[in-house]
Amino acid sequence: MKKKRLIPILLLKNGWLVQSRGFKRFQNLGNPITSVKRLSEWASDELIYLNISREEHYDIRREDQGYPNRKTFLEIIEDVAKVTFMPITVGGRIRTLKDIETRLLLGADKVSINSKCFEDKKFILEAAKEFGSQCIVVSMDVKLIEGSYVVMSDCGSNATGYHPKEWAQIIESQGAGEILLNSIDRDGMKGGYDIELISLVADSVEIPVIACGGVGEWEHFAEALSKTKADAVAAANIFHYIDQSVYLAKKYLHDGGFPVRPPDLLLI
Amino acid sequence: MKKICILDYGSGNVRSVFNMLSNITGEVIVSNKSDDISSATHLVLPGVGSFGASMEKIKKMLPLDVLEEEVLKNNKPFLGICVGLQVLAEEGVEFGDYQGLGWIRGTVERMQAGSLPLPHIGWNSIDIVKQTPLLKKFGNNQDFYFVHSYVFKAEDSENVVAKTEYGEHFSSIINKDNIYGVQFHPEKSQKAGRILFENFLEIK
Repeated sequence: MKKKRLIPILLLKNGWLVQSRGFKRFQNLGNPITSVKRLSEWASDELIYLNISREEHYDIRREDQGYPNRKTFLEIIEDVAKVTFMPITVGGRIRTLKDIETRLLLGADKVSINSKCFEDKKFILEAAKEFGSQCIVVSMDVKLIEGSYVVMSDCGSNATGYHPKEWAQIIESQGAGEILLNSIDRDGMKGGYDIELISLVADSVEIPVIACGGVGEWEHFAEALSKTKADAVAAANIFHYIDQSVYLAKKYLHDGGFPVRPPDLLLI
Repeated sequence: MKKICILDYGSGNVRSVFNMLSNITGEVIVSNKSDDISSATHLVLPGVGSFGASMEKIKKMLPLDVLEEEVLKNNKPFLGICVGLQVLAEEGVEFGDYQGLGWIRGTVERMQAGSLPLPHIGWNSIDIVKQTPLLKKFGNNQDFYFVHSYVFKAEDSENVVAKTEYGEHFSSIINKDNIYGVQFHPEKSQKAGRILFENFLEIK
């Protein structure tokens, strides 16, 4: 039986792993390579790496400690691929087919594209034709504005005017393989997923939807899996603060009868 | 001393396969040279992408006479991964009809997944139908990571080692003598994939 997936998301800003809240406030969590080893050993189903650095050339200093991170985002991905043996999705700053190729050659299995799709919808189709739909994830950041859902671009800073359902169907028709759906309002708030938003999107497309934004307790994963057609549940912050977090989340879902991989993978 | 040669024909997942194998043992090379193929103790054929394009590249890049001598005559342990399994068939129908290596009787056809989306992507379990050294330490229902739309339809049921269900029951592991093929990606299947590679390396 095919399983539902539990996916930690690692946000990288200026080469460091960070926690995010509302796409605005960021707190430094430290070295991305050490974290990935930890998450990998705890039996995640996949990993998503998002580069949320805004500047092309950033001053690579750890802001709160003042020493530089020697590595660029792509060097980090290359290192990560050497120590983790599960599917890796890489997103952030992808604007050309060459950008995609570079990431795949470094060991990524899929790429996550966002802002570029609004400038050029055909880019999704071109990417899917070149590399196959299975490796093209389109991420969609949604915000409630005056009571209506609006798809946002550029790390949540620009309203695109698209309703999530409309945009989801467009990106599916262009050949996207998956949708990574994030609620900006729920990001970092720990109050649970936006179930209404996830249902809205997951019911309007056939491709898998990865739910993201707002998890503060294991129950929130269960809620999304039982109330929506989401194929995967993702989270960032919660996995970094609890020891053996992915294992415990997996165990919670497995014990609750959800179709996930068993949590005791390390025992075989 | 074990020496693994990952057959290099420009397949996209060579790096991942290399990363995992070199994490297990020191003697891993990526090569298409006859000498390396002859001196290796184990051969691995990785694969992603379509049957036809992969066969074209395999014919162009690999010394097939040397490879066939090592695998079919000298019985060197061989493992095909994903499309690397599919090309063992006699024929594939993805984007036109193509001849495969024909080492194991069968064809490669599009999955009959019914209403389920293709490609079949994600973690899915195997149902073991025949014991093999490749599956040592594994129980039934072990999960592996899959990404594919086409499947190997074996002519002879004794060559099917494990099946997986996704709309239909398809062959997820194939074996004939020293030749093994897996439809999933052990290099992306974490601990389970590592154990499978370790089992393969113990096969003599």
